[in-house]
Amino acid sequence: MAKAELMNYEQALEQFEVVIGLEVHVELNTNTKMFCGCKNEFGNEPNTNVCPICIALPGALPAVNKTAVESSIKIGLALGCEIAPTGRFARKNYFYPDLAKNFQTSQYDEPIAFEGALEVEVPSGAVHNVLIERAHMEEDAGKLTHIGGSTGRIQGAEYSLVDYNRAGVPLVEIVTKPIYGAGSEAPELAAAYVRSVREIVKGLGVSDARMERGNVRCDANVSLRKKGAEKLGTRTETKNVNSLRSIERAVRYEIQRQAHILANGGTIIQETRHWHEDKGATSAGRPKSDADDYRYFPEPDLVPVQPSRELIESLRATLPEKPADRRKRLAGEWGFSELEFRDVVNADLLDQLEETVAAGAKPQAARKWWMGELARIANESEEGAIPNITPAQVAELAKLIEDGKINDRLAREVLGYVLAGEGSPAEIVSARGLEVVSDDGALIAAIEAALATQPDVLDAIREGRMQAAGQVIGAVMKAMAGSADAARVRELLIEMANK
Amino acid sequence: MSEITPELVRHLAGLARILVSDEEVEQFTKQLSVIADSVAHVSKAIDADTPSTSHPIAMANVFREDVVEPSLSQAEALSGAPDSADGRFKVNAILDEE
Repeated sequence: MAKAELMNYEQALEQFEVVIGLEVHVELNTNTKMFCGCKNEFGNEPNTNVCPICIALPGALPAVNKTAVESSIKIGLALGCEIAPTGRFARKNYFYPDLAKNFQTSQYDEPIAFEGALEVEVPSGAVHNVLIERAHMEEDAGKLTHIGGSTGRIQGAEYSLVDYNRAGVPLVEIVTKPIYGAGSEAPELAAAYVRSVREIVKGLGVSDARMERGNVRCDANVSLRKKGAEKLGTRTETKNVNSLRSIERAVRYEIQRQAHILANGGTIIQETRHWHEDKGATSAGRPKSDADDYRYFPEPDLVPVQPSRELIESLRATLPEKPADRRKRLAGEWGFSELEFRDVVNADLLDQLEETVAAGAKPQAARKWWMGELARIANESEEGAIPNITPAQVAELAKLIEDGKINDRLAREVLGYVLAGEGSPAEIVSARGLEVVSDDGALIAAIEAALATQPDVLDAIREGRMQAAGQVIGAVMKAMAGSADAARVRELLIEMANK
Repeated sequence: MSEITPELVRHLAGLARILVSDEEVEQFTKQLSVIADSVAHVSKAIDADTPSTSHPIAMANVFREDVVEPSLSQAEALSGAPDSADGRFKVNAILDEE
């Protein structure tokens, strides 16, 4: 894949206005699929959660999952949408083996929810009101694995293997109206929007919302138009952007790529593009063609969905706090500076911090661990994934420090063992004997040994030069392999100097 | 008169992955025209206030409770497949996406 030529980002924004549009697919966490009673579960043996309906055996008839409809209504309400008093399903016809029916059951002209809005805050602190066009119900497709060829991708593949476990899993597709005026923050806004949608569906409890598992997926439409122009430019739709970071990078890349083409007199082809996280680039997929003539028509095997006012209002009453309100509340409760709080939001660690604080940690201690050591470990890991540790474990670690059982250095060591799966911090501290030594006898012996080589230190402390104590503390730490209670060593030194 | 043309029939056949001969295109153009004209009669019989119907029976809200029912075994699921490998359906590579 040849890397396209790019225009410098600032230059691109001087010449062009960026318009983006986002489609987010949310997989619901219902027990069963959208139209049949097969388990909706990730990671099972291939083709074990399938039945005549979801592998489209002749004569099989779908039946709509009631919980999936209610979850879809909740999502619509949380996005400020109107809920359609009557809606129906439609067949989207296409030939691709990811669905066995040769069509996807979706919604077309009568989506369950429409005309909403979501306030989204970008890292600079600016708030954008993103308008929602619609949210509709549909089913997920099966998983294809391409075999043969050199790349493992479809080009050059000799054949493909299909697992229909995911086929028929309930999806809600949320589509924004074109988003104008984000300027240079368009990439950040795209990522922040998806983060907000994810927070919402997670808060509603209707999706596991794990992007790495594809529970939340985003297609990003990007187009540019000359500053001051009326007409929208031709857009591209970038698929396969499945982390917040990828979304931001992919939108930025498309802006720069399209700007270079347009500034050099070229035209943008309306096409699907694919994001490659490893290369940091998009590549052309297929152009829009006859194949996109999906010949939607109403699904004759399903009757309309007509949620009553009572049902809608009873679901509205169950909605949790809005993410924006929650952020305001947490910022107040935790007492962080504005910058500290925003960093936590941008690192996507609000949930972890909230749960850690709920498990008994002080907010600043929770912040310190998640934003410090754990973020560092995440950055150094290949996927940049948050380490496999629970908020309760982090809270326990913080508590051990607070109680003086371990110091920061030992805590980092304990953390390593927690991540290695050795158990909870308290278990590890006792199993490995990692508690700090605050036993005065042992500490005094180590201090006296250190003073033997640095006899002037006590005089220096008496004269008020406390920095001299550092050398002794360092020597004691070294002698005790880092397990000394530094604060106690300092106290003992002062006592000894004042005797 | 309907606007079914030979080009439209070829387009539809392409979308449906059906190979049609020139004779068939001519035949289907005539037949589809008759059908389209018949449907057009219905359009004349209703006015703009008539709600569209997608189902012959006036029913709504037929739901299934979200309760897991037994699935097929992998062997059962694959038993009708022309070819399979590694517990999955085996299909020809399709040079379409990507």
